[in-house]
Amino acid sequence: MLYGYGGHVLRLNLSDRSVKIEPLSEELVRDYVGGRGFVAKVLYDEVPRGADPLGEENVVAIAPGPLSGTFLPCPNKVAFGAKSPATGGYGDSIMGGHFAAELKHAGFDLVVIKGRSEEPCVIVIDDDEVRIEDGKKYWGKGSMQTEKMLKEDLGEDFQIATIGPAGEKMVYFACITHDFGRQAGRTGVGAVLGSKNIKAIAVRGSKGFPIYDPEGVIKKGQEMYDAVFAKPGFEKWTPYGTADIVNWVNEVGSFPTKNFWTGYYEEYKKINGVALRESVWTLDKGCFACPIPCGKYSKATFRGKEVRVEGPEYETIALVGSNCLIDDIEEVAYANYVLDELGLDTISGGNVIAFALECIEKGIITKDQVEGKDLKFGDLESFVWLAEKIAAREGIGDLLAQGVKTAAAKLGQGSEKFAIHVKGLEVSGYEPRYAPATLLAYMTCDVGAHHNRAWAITYDVAVGREKKEGKAAKVIELQHVRPLLDCLGICRFPWIEIGFELDWYAEIWPLVTGQDKTWEDLLKDSERIWNLTRAFSAREIEGFGIDYDQPPARFYEEDVPTGPIAGNRITKETLDALLKEYYELRGWDEKGLPTEEKLRELKLDFVVEDLY
Amino acid sequence: MQLVARDELCSGCRTCELLCALSKLKENNYKKAAIRIRGQFPDPGRYFVVVCDQCGVCAEVCPEGCIEEVDGAYRIDKERCTGCGECVEACPSDAMFTHPSRTAPIKCDACGECVAYCSRKVLAIQE
Repeated sequence: MLYGYGGHVLRLNLSDRSVKIEPLSEELVRDYVGGRGFVAKVLYDEVPRGADPLGEENVVAIAPGPLSGTFLPCPNKVAFGAKSPATGGYGDSIMGGHFAAELKHAGFDLVVIKGRSEEPCVIVIDDDEVRIEDGKKYWGKGSMQTEKMLKEDLGEDFQIATIGPAGEKMVYFACITHDFGRQAGRTGVGAVLGSKNIKAIAVRGSKGFPIYDPEGVIKKGQEMYDAVFAKPGFEKWTPYGTADIVNWVNEVGSFPTKNFWTGYYEEYKKINGVALRESVWTLDKGCFACPIPCGKYSKATFRGKEVRVEGPEYETIALVGSNCLIDDIEEVAYANYVLDELGLDTISGGNVIAFALECIEKGIITKDQVEGKDLKFGDLESFVWLAEKIAAREGIGDLLAQGVKTAAAKLGQGSEKFAIHVKGLEVSGYEPRYAPATLLAYMTCDVGAHHNRAWAITYDVAVGREKKEGKAAKVIELQHVRPLLDCLGICRFPWIEIGFELDWYAEIWPLVTGQDKTWEDLLKDSERIWNLTRAFSAREIEGFGIDYDQPPARFYEEDVPTGPIAGNRITKETLDALLKEYYELRGWDEKGLPTEEKLRELKLDFVVEDLY
Repeated sequence: MQLVARDELCSGCRTCELLCALSKLKENNYKKAAIRIRGQFPDPGRYFVVVCDQCGVCAEVCPEGCIEEVDGAYRIDKERCTGCGECVEACPSDAMFTHPSRTAPIKCDACGECVAYCSRKVLAIQE
């Protein structure tokens, strides 16, 4: 018996409306752990080479991890993956909330969705009873409105993931929303659901799942919670959640401001954690079994309309707030609501709108292209107007809906230099110009410029920002640890934010699964998965490799203009040297592809045939 | 003796549900818990804790007489319970829970196992 797993794989084909339930393969468990690992293997094996990300051939894979849904702090992450419309390569996004635990309670460790429904549909998973229901009444509705309607129609005890109008219109950075404010935000997984006419996925599970040593898990789990409660950050960090970091990021000059023009925002105190807590916060809202709830449920009013929103989180504050020069936390919260309800990722959404505003400022996008509107930074009306145009794919919104890479390629006139992305995925909320590890992490992140895989800004500051030695190695280390948590199905915040030791997870791992794998073994699995996602992108994108690991020119051509690190940047030569070192340490060739030797070492022999 | 809750502080994490079933039944299945967290979102945007307040109505309506107060909490004699559902219907708090794999309903006996691991300090045992 597989302990820690629901034990089953659910396969749906929306084209012929077939539903199959299969036992989970022990081989998959052995080499790919769960979560992101399962997603990576399924996409590699089952997405036909050259598939259109928004076509019938693309595959959606959804997977909680072996530690999801059991008794330890924050066992609540589920991975949604597909070939990404934003990058054309491997895509996944990790979501919190209660969806992971519920899927496991229904007996599923992996859901694979293929084909395309003729009409809008809702996938309902009620233990073994799986239905593809008519979704027309929800089509066109907002993400959270849809969730509310489905809770009323199906039952409050269903856990529901939805897309908004932006997903329906296949905006490249459309997200999946769950639990009224948790998202699988990145890489356009919401657009892929939209392309398949899936408005929502609802799950309810009553079965639970076996764990190897229940008494041992209770005891170890209690020790883990006690250890979390004892951390100073437990009391200090939780009231502000991720917004707590605004002050520090700004102090070190890494707070993205005005489309990453600079890293310092004078008005940061108006949008920091304290502002959030004091002016819009109403409730600390947690994911499943989380003792440090970072969800800050809020209330915001704009032009007489009162809205509820979970957030804003740090990333939203950075990309929607400082990056668009919106200097009022209530306005940021309102913008957060607008993006959430439309189903747009706030990280890419904030980036794309900031890019558009800079293009407008520079005359690259003309007034005619924006219906004569006077759109500008710092103006919530402008922000909302652009967001709605993007979600509807109307006028200039249709171009912007394809992300900054495609938009800049079409607009030209030097806009490529300030199209802030890597591989087609817009950059997260840390200005990396004078932070080599942070920038290298963005450049080499498998899905494009996402902070989730290796968050190195604190490391850059701690060891010295100008320093290069050891940074490539550190990025690789982080790129194995953090994605491993996404394989296990657990949240990284206890570790990152309040210093909860990773050893705890290694200790509870055998009690949940009965497996004798060590943490080092699991890290090796994580390295295998990292190489597999790299190989997926190499297989799907012509010329993929070093040319796709490059940051926007703004990051190496322009000095940081203001703030504590004004006058600094990292040169292109330094970046090239770091990238070269990174490839060597990874066992990749000079073009940035895994060598045959490396692939065989990682038991990826099946990849060798595809790449060589 | 009863489990009491300050609902307005609840973050909805449901650690209580998970630990309840795990400690009572040694099963990783929160659907067998004797406590439930219900959310109301997006408005008003808060959670409600559904749990037995030991009012005793279940004992009054049980046709088998198999619910009795022992050590300050009402307990179901699972051997004698027929699963008729009278108590579930009658419970004024909707706190008698059922599970497809079990004949007897599941109710809180105020053991307090969940209290220490409620990070928002929502739960407490009141003597």
